[in-house]
Amino acid sequence: MSAGVDLDNVCADFGTFRAVDNVAVNIQPGEFFSFLGPSGCGKTTILRMISGFISPSQGVIRIGGKDMKGQRPNQRPTALIFQNLALFPLMPVWENIAFGLEVRGVDKQKRRARAEELLHLVDLPDAADKAVAQLSGGQKQRVAIARALAVEPQVMLLDEPLSALDLKLRQHMRAELRAIQKRTGVTFIYITHDQGEALAMSDRVGVMSQGKLQQVANPRDIYNNPANGFVASFVGENNIFTGEVQGTEGNLARFATASGTFTARLGPAVTQGMKARLFLRPEHVRLAPGAGGTNSIPVEVTDVAFEGNFISIHARDAGGQVLLAEARNDGATAVPAPGDRLHFTFDGQNAVILTGDTAARDIDA
Amino acid sequence: MKDLLNRYGLLLTTVFAVLTGFWILVLVVLPNIYLFEHSFKPYLPVAELGGPKDVYSLDNYLTFFRSPIHISVFFWTVIYSAVVTFICFLIAYPLAYYLSKVSARALLPMIFLLLFIPLWVSEVLRSFAWFIILALKGPLNASLLGLGIIEDPVRWITGFRGVIIGLVYTYVLFMLFPLYNAIQSLDTNQIEAAEDLGAPWWRTHWRVILPHAKPGIASGSVMVFMLSAGSILVPTLLASTNSRWFTEIIQQWMFESQDWNTGSAYAFLLLILCTVFVSAVMRVFRVKLSDIAK
Repeated sequence: MSAGVDLDNVCADFGTFRAVDNVAVNIQPGEFFSFLGPSGCGKTTILRMISGFISPSQGVIRIGGKDMKGQRPNQRPTALIFQNLALFPLMPVWENIAFGLEVRGVDKQKRRARAEELLHLVDLPDAADKAVAQLSGGQKQRVAIARALAVEPQVMLLDEPLSALDLKLRQHMRAELRAIQKRTGVTFIYITHDQGEALAMSDRVGVMSQGKLQQVANPRDIYNNPANGFVASFVGENNIFTGEVQGTEGNLARFATASGTFTARLGPAVTQGMKARLFLRPEHVRLAPGAGGTNSIPVEVTDVAFEGNFISIHARDAGGQVLLAEARNDGATAVPAPGDRLHFTFDGQNAVILTGDTAARDIDA
Repeated sequence: MKDLLNRYGLLLTTVFAVLTGFWILVLVVLPNIYLFEHSFKPYLPVAELGGPKDVYSLDNYLTFFRSPIHISVFFWTVIYSAVVTFICFLIAYPLAYYLSKVSARALLPMIFLLLFIPLWVSEVLRSFAWFIILALKGPLNASLLGLGIIEDPVRWITGFRGVIIGLVYTYVLFMLFPLYNAIQSLDTNQIEAAEDLGAPWWRTHWRVILPHAKPGIASGSVMVFMLSAGSILVPTLLASTNSRWFTEIIQQWMFESQDWNTGSAYAFLLLILCTVFVSAVMRVFRVKLSDIAK
């Protein structure tokens, strides 16, 4: 029912621009795999190559072990859900869903029955005879999913299908998509620039930047053990210090920055003497009234924002760098006020030294 | 109107309004009303004008229905105008699809220029060019003979053949542009979605692109049909002895018989009957007038 997808050193060139650069990944049958990256990173190009609308300029794409070279989109066992869904507005809902069956010569009664069945699966009974324009955003979403499922694809490709929905509905549809994937067992390949979506739904995530696959790992590892500066900075918030690796002790290293010398975990491919960056998640920052231990930065609080489940604290250190800490709103932590002077401290195991460029912060996440 | 006033001031706005009004009223509405009125009057010697015989009647219109020859000419004019419309569609649809969805964007201005240039040449000259091209010893036959495709020269201008070729050539762009606009407004993702769901190219056209382009097909067809049925130049130049176009009969009433009254009646009949025909066809294909206006 479901097939794995192997990308074997796949490249895509548009003129002199290399949109996808040597991407190699094996996506397992039945896996929910996400490509995560900023717009223009090449993730949509990968999806269009898997579905067959673009041919790779180098490399091999295999679906279920079979080389897809020369196979048109209508010959591949994939179904693509477009970003704008691309439902057929002139057909009623059930004909939309049954289109793939109509193409395969299934007779009308069976088509209709199957469409009804799928409408139940996506929790949208009684919509069969409605016009597409009568549906809400979330309902259109479900119809698009049903239409793709109708052709019993081995691989489902989803191109940011939730981006047009409002936040509440998006979160609901995440769970829904995940449930449908589990129920059908179809391999899902999901494209998104929204890290929350990727982390919440996927079995594994491939983070992309500038056409290259930066890291492939499960969501926890992506967040906790980023492979390089790009992954660390693109996924989640960070305090970033630029500096130089001085001495290493086990998996920890001493790292000299303008804000002081810290001890932190050594990331992959980082060695002594290297210029690198230290990444510290705001939720790993502790607030201390006085200096404490090795990793301690004296700061002045500039702003405190109450976010509900947590409190976000902006502060400035002696060198003028803006730092961010997050305190859980558990009632136990004393909430500082702007102007307070205190220390940001952290455990060296919770901070990591990495190389590589950081992601631009103007991403529309 | 207020916009116009704000933008151009009172003087210019008045000039625009007066000129437009003059054009519509004096050059379009009044002549038609004049002809319409006269189409109900008998054709009389000057001495009897205003006399007892000068009364309104449907005689001029009935002349048409009493003449089997004129009815047959009208019938064939409608049939062949429909044929011309269909051929125009067959030519324009693939071209419109290619231009709007396949060809490189950078090439478009060039292609459109090539399509437009012939329109800058007068219709008379273009039709006459076809008269030369299609002549028995003309360049078309010469090339076909030279290439060995035919053994004997083909008599192109016989029956309605020449007229059809000439009309298709003259009016094909009136089909192309509405079709181009219609297909271009289709979201390319829908074509890809159909293909992704397994549809072969012809089914994508049949189920997705053609239904979307229907209003464009309708407006293009109405234009080509009406222009063809009302064309006088092309039939005059490219018709043969055994093909007559209804407009030629109107012309004969007007200029050879000098009977403007019957001529007018025939002209209005052409308009009315073609409108009825077009409405009927639109009903069959379930196209609404409001779709075309889009």
